[in-house]
Amino acid sequence: MRLRSLVAAAAVTALGISLAACGGSDSGDSSDGGSGGDQTLTYWASNQGTSLDNDKEVLTPVLQKFTQDTGIKVNLEVIGWNDLQTRIQTAITSGQAPDVVNIGNTWAASLQATDAFLPFDGDAMSAIGGKDKFVPTALATGGKEGTDPTSVPLYGLAYGLYYNKAMFAAAGLQPPKTWEEMVTDAQKLTNPAKKQWGMALAAGSYTENVHFAFINAAQNKADWFNSDGKPTFTGDGNVQGVLRYLDLMQKDKVANPSNAQYDNGTKSVNDFATKKVAMVINQNNADSSIVANGMKAGEYGVVPFPAPAGGEQVASHVAGINLSVFKNTKHKDAALKFVKYMTDATTQTTLGKPFSSLPVLKDAKPVFTTDATEAATFADVYNTKSKPLPLVPAEDQFESTVGKAMNTMFAKIATGGTVTADDVKAALKTAEDQVAASS
Amino acid sequence: MSVATSEARPAAEAKPAKKKRGPEHRPGLNRWLPYLLLAPAVLAELLIHIVPMFVGIWMSFVKLTKFYIANWSAAPSAGLNNYKVALDFNNAVGEGLLKSFGVTVAFSLITVGLSWVFGMAAAVALQPQFRGRSLVRTLFLVPYALPAYAGILTWNFMLQRDTGVVNHVLVDNLHLTSDRPFWLIGGNALVSLITVATWKLWTFAFLTLMAGLQSIPRDVYEAAAVDGAGNLRQWRNITLPSLRPVNLVLVLVLFLWTFSDFNTPYVLFGTAQPPAGDLITFHIYNASFLTWNFGTGAAMSVLLLIFLMIVTGAYLLITGRRSRRG
Repeated sequence: MRLRSLVAAAAVTALGISLAACGGSDSGDSSDGGSGGDQTLTYWASNQGTSLDNDKEVLTPVLQKFTQDTGIKVNLEVIGWNDLQTRIQTAITSGQAPDVVNIGNTWAASLQATDAFLPFDGDAMSAIGGKDKFVPTALATGGKEGTDPTSVPLYGLAYGLYYNKAMFAAAGLQPPKTWEEMVTDAQKLTNPAKKQWGMALAAGSYTENVHFAFINAAQNKADWFNSDGKPTFTGDGNVQGVLRYLDLMQKDKVANPSNAQYDNGTKSVNDFATKKVAMVINQNNADSSIVANGMKAGEYGVVPFPAPAGGEQVASHVAGINLSVFKNTKHKDAALKFVKYMTDATTQTTLGKPFSSLPVLKDAKPVFTTDATEAATFADVYNTKSKPLPLVPAEDQFESTVGKAMNTMFAKIATGGTVTADDVKAALKTAEDQVAASS
Repeated sequence: MSVATSEARPAAEAKPAKKKRGPEHRPGLNRWLPYLLLAPAVLAELLIHIVPMFVGIWMSFVKLTKFYIANWSAAPSAGLNNYKVALDFNNAVGEGLLKSFGVTVAFSLITVGLSWVFGMAAAVALQPQFRGRSLVRTLFLVPYALPAYAGILTWNFMLQRDTGVVNHVLVDNLHLTSDRPFWLIGGNALVSLITVATWKLWTFAFLTLMAGLQSIPRDVYEAAAVDGAGNLRQWRNITLPSLRPVNLVLVLVLFLWTFSDFNTPYVLFGTAQPPAGDLITFHIYNASFLTWNFGTGAAMSVLLLIFLMIVTGAYLLITGRRSRRG
């Protein structure tokens, strides 16, 4: 009897722990926005620089200037990308939220659906300087179409195809203008025996993968959601778009199978910066990493990520970081002043260089690079060749389900398996069912 | 809960003894003292385990999606819908849960088995006195003493395809294969997961069994040796039966821990977890946090709890019946 109760006690404890662990996930930090009339804002910034500390260094003088101008103090916390979404979720659930927060602009419609953020209606919008100051496509990422956005653009980003000038010159190649040229060039520059590959892909990163699923499908004129917000993942254009990207590793063999383990974009950029690969497709914030890894500004060039001949000229999604204000803030006016300051032309210029971001303001010049051609290319992609990711509440589920399906397919290819169009269709069907089940 | 149970007995036994000493002396306090002493433990238990457990059960019956997390008291009832979704095995969500369940069962059985075998072997091997025994014992405890995150992250580095030490030894030094295998994606992921989990867990089995071995009187072995029993015979007829009570608890606890292991897959695979390493708690985490559907996630958790309760109940019933018969 004694033994049984001992075993039972141990079992109950272990069971309890397992369920309790599933139940709550409060991080328990109190980010109170100051006490009484004291004006202190809490600001959660995302990681834009080379490290969290670097972000802090860059932002601190900018925030100090804001305090000098307005008397409003800002309590800064920089949060890494792995934690940001969970931290925001926790903040929404618990009501213990900062005043102003950075979000990935692709989350805007999903976060808007939580009703936890302040809509930038007429008054709020004019308080931050009016909607006319923003690039229209950038502002369109702020929320669902036809609603007051709950976020406004802060840093603009776009994809570009980076190529190593010396490698292209040595092989007598011109930078590609179509997908087919890109593949041919990459094949000529691939030599596995010398550990040199045409391209590097962040094939184990579901967020990167889903962007390319989106862009490649957009080049095929395919959409991921219909006008009712229902998923349409299994269309022919979607399947072929995904397969075209997978084929860079599978059929064209221009990427090292090890790329299937690259779970963030920095790893593929490092391969490019250390001259192991001739090309990499990345957003313009790759510049700081490339230079930090020893490549000089003139050694690489950038062209728009090419579509197949006859395809739609989509080279990027409208990428970037947006600013949101939590609805339950006790310092609404101060928060709006802060948003105005951060999206102001002077601040945009100050932060554009260290964070390698594109300006989100009309008529502003990119300052992230001294290479005028590169700046013009990215500005052109951002303003004329990019399409926003689906602005529907289920966008986050699209990212995780389709992105993870692509991780799995890349893993299959890397470990020697074959992925056919039917396999892609089946995987996308599963992703579609998952999204449908939880909406 | 274990605290509560073990404290309850001495407190209850102390009661009549105290009464004899002086019932006229503040009877009220004597009556309430045991409860008073228990109160902090009960309160803590309520706060840390029981309340979140009931919140989890409540969550499983509501439609707690991103539309309601800001004001979750307003979330509409979902009835049994969350359970229907989780248990509809023709649907993507249910099918995923079933596959993950299968992976977890295989993972748990193999990991517990290996951990027990290694733990037992090491405990028996270190039973006799020899020089440097305590050093080896200490060395064996390193995986248990190391913070789980640091240990698993080191494995993650070691198991990388191009830069990992595992492939360096297998391919570059021993030339076992010409192709560098992947360890963290594809089918090998389960092998890696079992290896890391066993590495982390076997020392606990070792520690427990070693403690159990100390309580077996030496003279029983000496008597057996005089009667001509070999080492294996001694182990089978003396060590194993004497360790029965220890083993009963150990195997159950190891199983419950492994089955609900979250840290190992989370740190080992990050956000790029392969289907072959999709353990159930990690699966539930993804189902709720990545898709912001906490209702379905909670329903899956409750199903997991029910399953583990059934396994535990059956285990206790079977082992209890056997010990009464014996």
